[in-house]
Amino acid sequence: MSAGGEARLWLAQRVTAMFLAVFVAVHLVTIIYAVRGGLAAGDILARTRGSVGIAVFYGGFVVASAIHGGIGLRTIFIEWLRLRPPVAGMAALFAAIGLVALGVRAVFAMVAA
Amino acid sequence: MDAVKSLRVSVWRGGEDGRYQDFDVPRRESQTVLDVVTHIQRHLDPTLAYRFACRVGMCGSCAMTVNGTPRWTCRTHVDKVAKGETLRIGPLANMPVVRDLVADMREFFDKWARAKGQFTPTRTRDDEFVAVDPASPPRREADAGIECIGCGVCYAACDVVKWNREYLGPAALNRAWTLVNDVRDGGQASRLHAVAGDAGCHSCHTMMSCTELCPKELSPTRSIAGLKRATLGVALSSLEEDK
Amino acid sequence: MTRTRNHPAYWAFLVHRVSGLALALFLPVHFLALATAIEGESRLDEFLRWSEQPMVVAGEWILVTLLAAHLAGGLRVLAIEFLPWRDWQKSLAAGAAFVALAAGLVFALSR
Repeated sequence: MSAGGEARLWLAQRVTAMFLAVFVAVHLVTIIYAVRGGLAAGDILARTRGSVGIAVFYGGFVVASAIHGGIGLRTIFIEWLRLRPPVAGMAALFAAIGLVALGVRAVFAMVAA
Repeated sequence: MDAVKSLRVSVWRGGEDGRYQDFDVPRRESQTVLDVVTHIQRHLDPTLAYRFACRVGMCGSCAMTVNGTPRWTCRTHVDKVAKGETLRIGPLANMPVVRDLVADMREFFDKWARAKGQFTPTRTRDDEFVAVDPASPPRREADAGIECIGCGVCYAACDVVKWNREYLGPAALNRAWTLVNDVRDGGQASRLHAVAGDAGCHSCHTMMSCTELCPKELSPTRSIAGLKRATLGVALSSLEEDK
Repeated sequence: MTRTRNHPAYWAFLVHRVSGLALALFLPVHFLALATAIEGESRLDEFLRWSEQPMVVAGEWILVTLLAAHLAGGLRVLAIEFLPWRDWQKSLAAGAAFVALAAGLVFALSR
């Protein structure tokens, strides 16, 4: 990867970080609120089923997390596992794709199933 | 008569696959680690190899690893760092060992060049001087990092240098930043490309060991943060300058 | 511990990296758990009941704290990289730690 490409990865990670700051803050507050008095599937699903807002919010959350996490994992693969950058990049890409796939499936399960 | 107290000193001997050798050195008041190394070489083992020059904290030649931390040995009082009555001294980390306490600094300086850490002139002796206002923001930024003397302490302390062989390191990037802020310099485009990417500023994880340990109290982290902003153009441009 | 790694900014880096790694490993598990809702409400309820065990509750608390820590550390990095340099940014590490622990505490107390 060229220096410009690597700089773009850095930028993508910082930009997704900014979006995630909002996603995470909202999610943390929501979870803390929802966890009061125990979790029940019925309660949760009653709120999430059919909600376009939930789908859009958590769909975006999943994509941003996958990009952000993927780029972070690439760095760890290079620096701590000593993988060569092209190999590390491929492994990180697989991880990111996996996260998107599982994440979208989870959002689907909560909203549409 | 009081017995002279003794310091047990472990000193690295040999090359990469060397070992620590122990010496007993008399403790003295206001003794520095450089005093200890000098005593060993003069009175106990003349084959010990080490570097020093000014011995008064100006040149940075005497940088070594003292109890795991890279420091200027002439400015390190034994009282401050000795663990009980023991001391461990080795060559600077992240550099090949030449012999004993001497590190091979060629790659350190090669990276300085790779970061385009040299001034690129644009005028001749027949042109007017460039009027640089010392109070202008770019000059203030440059001045904040300009006192680097290339001692290698920051480079030896940096874990990214340890984990990423291509990483140019805090000193080279700090120098590049001072030149990025030099309004007289004509090499900005190639310099910004040189300091971008995994080998450049984008691998800095703001651990700040460089800033913590710099004997001149510089902040390479600050300079590298500046480079991250300055190279946004490199990230966003579609024109690639290939190596 | 040597001075090379024994200072706040280094701890901030380490916490940020380890928490990020832990979250990256946790996320697939989280997604799989939520996806049990596909098999129907009772399957998700079964999982939620399992997750009320003390060890799991403790694990969740650790995860929320890691998430808060990673967010706080991330805000510190964004401030250092995008805002003009200020020396007090060093103490952002301390502020970040505080926020993370506070979030973890709120979560723990809300159970």
